[in-house]
Amino acid sequence: MSGVYAQISLPAPAHPSYLAVVPAYNEAATVERVVRDIRASAPEFDVVVVDDGSTDTSGPAAEAAGARVLRHPFNLGIGGAVQSGFVFAFDNDYDYMVQVDGDGQHDPTQLAELVRAMHAEAGLDMVCGSRFLRKDMKYPSPLSRRTGIHIFAFLLSRIIGQRVTDPTSGFRLYNRRAIALFARDYPHDYPEVEAVLMLHFNRLRMREVPVRMFARGGGVSSISSGKSAYYMIKVLLAIFVGLARARPVVEPGDDAPVAAAHGI
Amino acid sequence: MELRLQLVAVVLTVGLLFIVLELVRRRRLLERYALLWLFSAVVLMGLAAWRGLLESVAALMGIYYAPSALFVIAFGFILVLLLHFSIAVSKLADQSKVLAQRLALLEERERVASGRPRADEEIELEPARVTSVGRDEVQARDSASLEMTKPQLERTARR
Repeated sequence: MSGVYAQISLPAPAHPSYLAVVPAYNEAATVERVVRDIRASAPEFDVVVVDDGSTDTSGPAAEAAGARVLRHPFNLGIGGAVQSGFVFAFDNDYDYMVQVDGDGQHDPTQLAELVRAMHAEAGLDMVCGSRFLRKDMKYPSPLSRRTGIHIFAFLLSRIIGQRVTDPTSGFRLYNRRAIALFARDYPHDYPEVEAVLMLHFNRLRMREVPVRMFARGGGVSSISSGKSAYYMIKVLLAIFVGLARARPVVEPGDDAPVAAAHGI
Repeated sequence: MELRLQLVAVVLTVGLLFIVLELVRRRRLLERYALLWLFSAVVLMGLAAWRGLLESVAALMGIYYAPSALFVIAFGFILVLLLHFSIAVSKLADQSKVLAQRLALLEERERVASGRPRADEEIELEPARVTSVGRDEVQARDSASLEMTKPQLERTARR
């Protein structure tokens, strides 16, 4: 399969353009610092903040920090916000796009790690920053949430036949092909887990790299404790519906698809 | 089936049919969504008015008390209608998401294209404008600021 990929994957552009997308919903307390940090530690990245219908000063704060700002007329949720970033990256011909959350939990100094991993291996379409890949990088989060993440990780790893340790991480670098895919279709809410499945079914390749993440710098997580049960059920539904929905497109020269190979 | 019950059923279904038709006539209800309602109302009205039909349908379904069959069928129509509306709402939600995203991108492009300085650039431009004396100087500066946005414009126009 990797042989096929080598044929159809595009050559890396000589002067790649990079875009950092910062989804922000009422994160005025942190978004300005996030934008400044990205511009300081990864100057090759243009920064666009997606103000997802904030009722505070997130938008102006991001603009003051030097980012371009897309303002949603109303709140669409994290999936819709990130997808605006994909559409923006696609329309403006960016070669690579990274998502950096506006709450400050992603560390912009680690962007270089993602970029390095993307270029180190040919045919990669997404590089995902994982909190759990190295044991010495402890992430401060409640046990219940970590358990949920590990359940998703277990299921996804079985389904896509590749070890996934942090399927809910949004700290991801995408290439042009992944941008094109997700600009067209990105899950509505809690999109990260489903996005991994979509990549797999569309025959795009991903890799995880270990990153350090912070506890949230302020604001309220989109996943409150009351919603975590709903989150679990919704994502599990998405995984199983996704299994029934998407079949990889078989291209000439491929092995014949074997249904059992995708089962759990 | 008791005559009184039949009368009530006929009046209700005729009323429903009339309301749906009236809503369509006043353009309060799109034909697309009225069709399923009309179909339900007509079928229920037929069953309510035509005694023999309802009784044979009830017998077919193994229901001894014929009016119960009317409720079962009405319930089935309601389920189908609700599902139909859930699908319609999902589609609308998806469409409004795409519209909101497109609007956000267009507005941003418009802000950039209209050359309105962003907050961080404004700080540099503002004092220069105030101290400038000659009109040529201002014009030169204006065209310079246009130059600044030109690469961005080309980028957006390229797609």
